[in-house]
Amino acid sequence: MTQQNSSKNINLTLKVWRQVGPNVKGRLETYQANHISTDMSFLEMLDVVNEELILNHRDPIAFDHDCREGICGMCGAMVNGRAHGPEKGTTLCQLHMRHFSDQDTVIIEPWRSRAFRIIKDLVVDRSAFDKIIQAGGYISVSAGGTPDANVIPVPQEAAEKAMDAAACIGCGACVASCPNASAMLFVGAKVSHLALLPQGIPEAAIRALAMVKKMDDCGFGNCTNETECEAECPKEISITNIARLNREYIKAGLL
Amino acid sequence: MQLDSKAPGGPLPEKWDKHLFELKLVNPANKRKFEIIVVGTGLAGGSASATLAELGYNVKTFCIQDSPRRAHSIAAQGGINAAKNYSNDGDSIRRLFYDTIKGGDYRSREANVYRLAQVSNNIIDQCVAQGVPFAREYGGLLANRSFGGAQVSRTFYARGQTGQQLLIGAYSALSRQIAVGKVTMFTRRDMLDLVLVNGKARGIVTRNLVNGSIETHVADAVVLATGGYGNTFYLSTNAMASNVSAAFNAYKKGAFFANPCYTQIHPTCIPVHGTYQSKLTLMSESLRNDGRVWVPKNPGDKRHPGQIPESERDYYLENKYPSFGNLVPRDVASRNAKLQCDLGKGVGETGLAVYLDFQDAIRRDGKAVIAKKYGNLFQMYEKITADNPYETPMMIYPAVHYTMGGLWVDYNLMSTIPGLFVLGEANFSDHGANRLGASALMQGLADGYFVIPYTIGGYLAGTKLEKVSADDTAFKAAVEAVEMRIKKMLSIGGKRTVDDFHRQLGNIMWEYCGMARTDNGLAKAKDLIADLQVEFWENVLVSGSGSQFNQSLEKAGRVADFIEFGKLMVTDAMARKESCGGHFNEDYQTEENEAKRDDENFCHVAAWEYAGDENEPNFHKEALHFENVELTQRSYK
Repeated sequence: MTQQNSSKNINLTLKVWRQVGPNVKGRLETYQANHISTDMSFLEMLDVVNEELILNHRDPIAFDHDCREGICGMCGAMVNGRAHGPEKGTTLCQLHMRHFSDQDTVIIEPWRSRAFRIIKDLVVDRSAFDKIIQAGGYISVSAGGTPDANVIPVPQEAAEKAMDAAACIGCGACVASCPNASAMLFVGAKVSHLALLPQGIPEAAIRALAMVKKMDDCGFGNCTNETECEAECPKEISITNIARLNREYIKAGLL
Repeated sequence: MQLDSKAPGGPLPEKWDKHLFELKLVNPANKRKFEIIVVGTGLAGGSASATLAELGYNVKTFCIQDSPRRAHSIAAQGGINAAKNYSNDGDSIRRLFYDTIKGGDYRSREANVYRLAQVSNNIIDQCVAQGVPFAREYGGLLANRSFGGAQVSRTFYARGQTGQQLLIGAYSALSRQIAVGKVTMFTRRDMLDLVLVNGKARGIVTRNLVNGSIETHVADAVVLATGGYGNTFYLSTNAMASNVSAAFNAYKKGAFFANPCYTQIHPTCIPVHGTYQSKLTLMSESLRNDGRVWVPKNPGDKRHPGQIPESERDYYLENKYPSFGNLVPRDVASRNAKLQCDLGKGVGETGLAVYLDFQDAIRRDGKAVIAKKYGNLFQMYEKITADNPYETPMMIYPAVHYTMGGLWVDYNLMSTIPGLFVLGEANFSDHGANRLGASALMQGLADGYFVIPYTIGGYLAGTKLEKVSADDTAFKAAVEAVEMRIKKMLSIGGKRTVDDFHRQLGNIMWEYCGMARTDNGLAKAKDLIADLQVEFWENVLVSGSGSQFNQSLEKAGRVADFIEFGKLMVTDAMARKESCGGHFNEDYQTEENEAKRDDENFCHVAAWEYAGDENEPNFHKEALHFENVELTQRSYK
């Protein structure tokens, strides 16, 4: 029979970071999450806890989430010190409770980084990522006037590597898991995605310089090859993209 | 009011060209004098914002998420259609047009659909130039695959993440315009009302979701690209924040709502497994290229799928529809899955699932080839169900996915309110009663990149726009109404949570206004929803205050609108006394259980006009004229 039949209920103790606003001191608070089906996702478990908090006239835990299928990049929290929790290549919304055991204590905290201000509880402000993209994470073409799509052949291998990098969902787990709170994997993924394609080459140099500068301005730290970002990235984006970013950046400086 | 589609006359292939020539232009220097509001940053809103800004308009763009990159277009998996005929298999603009009209069960507007097919090719060119990493053949040219309702391969894709990649393309174009100051971006904003001055759309009221402040924004035109209303059903494949509120506010301000009963139930979703479940996950239609759908021949057969021999399996789609097989359109596939489960042949714990089996494909092509095509989907399936689809067949069941109905728009994509334009899933125009796979991305981008940039110019150049400011009484009144409603919701202090009400609404809608409807069931649903609405306003419990980050309050407003909107869906479903596409009323079916249209009486768009909270909406009709296709009983046999 399928493993779905093995679902059961577990009881957990949650320690959740509660912080009313960006300038207020936060603290860990303890909650019981009882009768949690192991088929639930982590966020569905939080839904159940929140329903109970609301019915008891207490403030529910604020957390960002939207698609709940691992692609929008909106959700994310540190679970027992790991970005998006213990499962490799998994966003928080795709983490299921079958990976926890009865009577576990689960510590839930927001992304912590100077560049990501806490808005409330587990919700952080990641607009710095948008600013980095605005600095050059695009190819400058306007709508209309583009040539036929098959005019420029792209070697399949280049297209595949570009796609590997373009899979980034902009969730911020790389920053949250890095001891330096560096955004190099995020920037490296975008620089690689576009530099690997012939369409992106004309602006490759200016893009690498502008995005790195904006990254520094936003208060992200430097990369010291800790490789935590690659280990925790829910889309398993490789740090070879950071190496490629470094190459593109050096090349751009030499021009 | 007579609904005028403004579709140009003349031969079909020349209509758009003719219309473009006849549209008034705004000269480049004057474009910078206009302000345009765009609500939503999915494929339609993102591409519209970027393109309007590129042309020189000043654009203010709004989204509910923390970044415009998160809109739910991002979750589209399978692909985007275009009539490129790169596969050399006989595709053409006319064939894409025809497939879309037929797939929509002859309930869409010919001129719009033809234009969609025409600009489909420009979209692919545009996206490739932006750096969208579409799948490619060894020679470096673009690859294609097949989707339901078509016998050609015309779907372009980027693994199972096509929506993500196209959205990142639109988001990057938008980001470029934010950087040069042509777009002002407002994130974490909920649009709570549309403001009309002298009968024209001139602005919106928003709530800042971070600090709760109520804000007003003035413009010369408003563009809604706020997606569909699938979450009326509580469980759907939509994102958690997807809602009908912006469109419903516009409806209450006078925009007609067209065909709200047309909802698409997608055949391949992961089955429901518990009451706490918050959403359903789609498994891309592209899987039906290689997966074979089957159930055990004998009802109640609870053996493991591996122990059921070939001779005791019913590949019901292949048997019943030999020419389209597993690639019949979504409405047909969904209904047949329900039919099998109703016969007791459903599989899994709940009996509400059918198998989607890849064993033959893996045997034929090898695991590596299948992994390359669908790897991320298989992985997602395994994460949710803990089953490995390389070894055990997937279990799937239909789920609410897309809504073909939406605000009524003319050929210019303008609603019945002058200056209010509606794009993408939020409008009704292109998919008739059923949307074909890989056509939503096409429509969103067509509207945003290649239609609205021209048609909005025609409106702005040809309309006298008075000077308006946020001090106008219309804005003040709208703010007051929004604040009152928030205050009321917070003050009820009842005993049931917002989610609890939403779940109940979803159950009513799925039971009586879902995959199969009946006249009696719909009448019952109407009463149940009316009762639910009364109870909501007496017994809902919303925590916190209005002047803070408050997700419970955000949701309360959306669910209140879903409840009211549910009534409108049911009203429309009751009025359409036929079956067509996604609207299947069991009282109107052929002997073979296919949808039975009534072209004589229902070959029209039903457009509903709000007539006050206490009254039934007024019905208006746009007759559909087919000059280029012959209406036939859809057959995929």
